[in-house]
Amino acid sequence: MNDVTVFGIKACWKWVVVIAIFWTFHLLVSDRLNPYIFDIIIYAGINIILAVSLNLVNGFTGQFSMGHAGFMSIGGYLSAYLTMLVFNLFPGIDTQSIYGTLFFLSALFCGGLGAAVSGYLVGLPSLRLKGDYLAIITLGFGEIIRVIILNIETIGGARGLPGIPALSHFGWVYTFVVLSIFTVWRLMQSPHGRAFLSVREDEVAAEAMGVNTTKTKVRAFALGAFFAGIAGGLFAHYLLYLNPQGFDFNKSFEIIIMVVLGGMGSISGSVIAAVFLTAIREALRELQQFTQIDFRMVIYSLMLIILMLTRPNGLFGTKEIFHFIPLRRRSLHDVKA
Amino acid sequence: MKILNLFLATAILSLSVISYSDSNEILVGEVGSLTGNEATFGTSTHNGIDLAFREVNKKGGVNGRMLKLLTLDDQGKPEEAALAVKKLITQTKVTAVLGEVASSRSLAMAPIAQRYKVTMLSPSSTNPKVTQLGDYIFRVCFIDPFQGHVMAKFALDTLKAKKVAILRDVKNDYSVGLANFFTDTFKKNGGTVLVDQSYSAGDIDFKSQLTAIRAKNPEAIFIPGYYTEVGLIARQARELGIKVPLLGGDGWDSPKLKEIGGSAIENSYFSNHYSEEDKSPQVVEFIKNYKEVYGSVPDGLAAMGYDAAKVLTLAMTRAKSLNGPDLRDSLAMTKDFAGVTGKITLDKSRNAVKSAVILKITNDGFKYQTTIHP
Repeated sequence: MNDVTVFGIKACWKWVVVIAIFWTFHLLVSDRLNPYIFDIIIYAGINIILAVSLNLVNGFTGQFSMGHAGFMSIGGYLSAYLTMLVFNLFPGIDTQSIYGTLFFLSALFCGGLGAAVSGYLVGLPSLRLKGDYLAIITLGFGEIIRVIILNIETIGGARGLPGIPALSHFGWVYTFVVLSIFTVWRLMQSPHGRAFLSVREDEVAAEAMGVNTTKTKVRAFALGAFFAGIAGGLFAHYLLYLNPQGFDFNKSFEIIIMVVLGGMGSISGSVIAAVFLTAIREALRELQQFTQIDFRMVIYSLMLIILMLTRPNGLFGTKEIFHFIPLRRRSLHDVKA
Repeated sequence: MKILNLFLATAILSLSVISYSDSNEILVGEVGSLTGNEATFGTSTHNGIDLAFREVNKKGGVNGRMLKLLTLDDQGKPEEAALAVKKLITQTKVTAVLGEVASSRSLAMAPIAQRYKVTMLSPSSTNPKVTQLGDYIFRVCFIDPFQGHVMAKFALDTLKAKKVAILRDVKNDYSVGLANFFTDTFKKNGGTVLVDQSYSAGDIDFKSQLTAIRAKNPEAIFIPGYYTEVGLIARQARELGIKVPLLGGDGWDSPKLKEIGGSAIENSYFSNHYSEEDKSPQVVEFIKNYKEVYGSVPDGLAAMGYDAAKVLTLAMTRAKSLNGPDLRDSLAMTKDFAGVTGKITLDKSRNAVKSAVILKITNDGFKYQTTIHP
């Protein structure tokens, strides 16, 4: 079956089926489920996109970026501004109609592209640096974006941007979850992806083998930024309100924690960590009803410490979840890759 | 790992099956910043609400039913506030929601309360946009335009200042709003804003902005920020020889202001929701009761929380039933409620029409100066 091709891509049908399952779920179940639980599922989805895309930079390419929230905010603000503009200009368009959806999708892509372009612009000069230096530059970049947004009055400035049309829902969020995982997964199987890995493992050796390391890094950076922008757009059209406070470096760290916890270089690790960390924060809320004091962050941090002590490389290290399932016969070669 | 997971799973399951509802209780939700950067605001408000509910329950509750308050923390983050309010409304099924203190969180919460038709009453979100998001969203405080307007009037009429400087916190939505509305009123009534400087919350050194302000010789400086930076600004302004009074809004209201600013902050004025010196019976009783329970003098936010809870319970007593539309209609009829923070009437756009007080900072505390009516 693996040889069936859809859109010219081998084994693409599996991914299409997954998207179809999510849409069926969305159309059949979403109205009946508890809205609060549903909210958590959606935020988990947005966090998966963020974690997987950051993993591309931090995990696979080995560059330590600390500005992911900055790219997310660019995508969020840009797409929210565009949809608000369109729906204010043409108030007759129903947000749920085909046109509404098309506008939403194009706004999402604009947001993603905007983030990717800024990722490219930041990456080009700064990715010649390594390690700590790059971390500081991206951290600074994230803050610059936030301060710029704070000072633009047309998108609300410090007062935030309310009144964003409600356009994103379970179906779209999880479509993009699948798309982002698919893109990163397929990329890592391709020569381009192998170039990313070679940069992580040994830059000098990669350069000697003819890999343009700076270009490779910038590519990873821009692609990661693109999906962060998409995630920002989905987030904006779900929360219906944006505030620059929500995109400070704490948000970047939250995403980094997901990547590190899941394993730098493990897609399934990022997915599981993103779901786990989103769910656990809400689950611990129950505790507060009894203790009266908010112990959530204490327990949350404690769990991170325990997890990092027991599994220093994250949940899966650089492997994927199915490498740990003994029933499936896999060659040694596969595991090592 | 396995044991940890198992333990967590059972803990979460066992906690989530416990139900809160009891037919003889009315559940009211509260979302507040109990932790995070603005933790004191959240805690003060929570104390005020809690005190009001205790008093109501002592007197027999709302038509014989006891009030139960469920408070969720949002860490000062908009998306957390949105999740918290959704949990309160859809899972705990609260009758009404009190909160949030800050407008940025209220703006994230309001669309959700509106969608599920649950009345939301904010104690102190002053951004005009909050109540514009739907007809289930109310507030018991005045809005930014009014506060900016009040200080502009005070500067012109009482201080006779025609030329002022502004020093605003660009990172803070509240500060930017106040500065804009102050400028509007001040210019309309014949005043001039000589210079408009800015800083960011968290800054420590303000000398360059203050030097620029000193060069223009203003008669007063309007600093609509929060108390931490204002205290530092006051100290540095006096060091630079700026002797004119400083003016501000309710963000100044904290005992910490005097601790940080020392004698430099004296002879400055700010607008607030209430004054501790007010001798009206409800204020005296409120301060006495608050001190008994919490052992400290209530600040403005505690008073706002108290009033919000009282206005809500009165509306509940009046309402035909406690379902969404009935409670909303009942709350909308609030008129001349004698609260700790003044007489509260809710207007058609669900904002409170009420007076503001101006306080003067002196050697022994905040002294009542004047009341400005809408």
